[in-house]
Amino acid sequence: MQTAKIEFFHGIKDELPILVGVIPFGMIYGILALSAGLSKAEAQAMSVIVFAGSAQFMLVQLAAVGTPALVMIITGFVVNLRHALYSASVAPHVQKLNPLWKTILSYLLTDEAYAVAITHYYRKDKSRYKHWYFLGAGLALWTSWQISTAVGVFLGTQVPPSWSLDFTLALTFIALLIPSLKDHPSLLAAISAGAVAVLTAGLPYKLNLIVAAIIGIVVGLWSEKK
Amino acid sequence: MNAIWLTMFILGILTFGIRLSFIVILDRWQAPPIIQRSLRFVPIAVLSAIIVPELVMPGGILNISPTNLRLLTGIVAMLVAWKTKNIVWTIVAGMGVLLVLQYFF
Repeated sequence: MQTAKIEFFHGIKDELPILVGVIPFGMIYGILALSAGLSKAEAQAMSVIVFAGSAQFMLVQLAAVGTPALVMIITGFVVNLRHALYSASVAPHVQKLNPLWKTILSYLLTDEAYAVAITHYYRKDKSRYKHWYFLGAGLALWTSWQISTAVGVFLGTQVPPSWSLDFTLALTFIALLIPSLKDHPSLLAAISAGAVAVLTAGLPYKLNLIVAAIIGIVVGLWSEKK
Repeated sequence: MNAIWLTMFILGILTFGIRLSFIVILDRWQAPPIIQRSLRFVPIAVLSAIIVPELVMPGGILNISPTNLRLLTGIVAMLVAWKTKNIVWTIVAGMGVLLVLQYFF
């Protein structure tokens, strides 16, 4: 049990740097939701029920211009499709867990929690409690997303854009990515995915991420064979 | 119940379903080896696909030149990440460089 506790707090600790970028994002979402005409309760509920930053941003913008519900649902669904890749990626690591664990970890499977948790799953140590780490990282993100939404909604405050705190997200992802580029196939997968993401940036609904990831994976597999 | 609540609930369920999808599917179905081998590239490919556009097209406009402060900062951060393998140092160095560059340019 002791190890589970250590893993849990380790997960929270490793999620902290990402929160610096997430909190301003949550506050902006809260403010944007109100100006789009959502009530305070609706704005907060969306953070709990949907719990997906980019989709929430898009939804409130669509709601502001009176988009029909069906269109909003389909849009949100497509924006969140990339999470299927994360689901496949963590699946082998959570296979032995009971359904309650799988349910909770799935609910918490956002970009930011995934990036931190999967990096930990690939670390060499043989800990049997890595799901506690995932839970810690996921709950840290969840809690700060709810609180920052509330701060945006109820106080209407936001961090000045000139602080560039949004950039900490990219920096954290760089810190997670670079040490994992240990061989040629990984490097080629990273370069091709990055290039394709830029070339297909014009695609709507973050679909460029899916296209880029798939091409990156294919390039990685192909270069492994050589 | 108005449209926004309905939208929220349906999308909440769908999003949860997407996140749970392969965790359930790969439980019951023995994926072919090629799929299993491809999984290790998922985090690498996804993170690169998120990072590179953030660096080379800040604000959605492609800018590969020294006037792009986020690109310069990103390159410094990559070197720091490579040398230190430490998230906190990468962020501290990156934000430090970006804020200094923003102040002067």
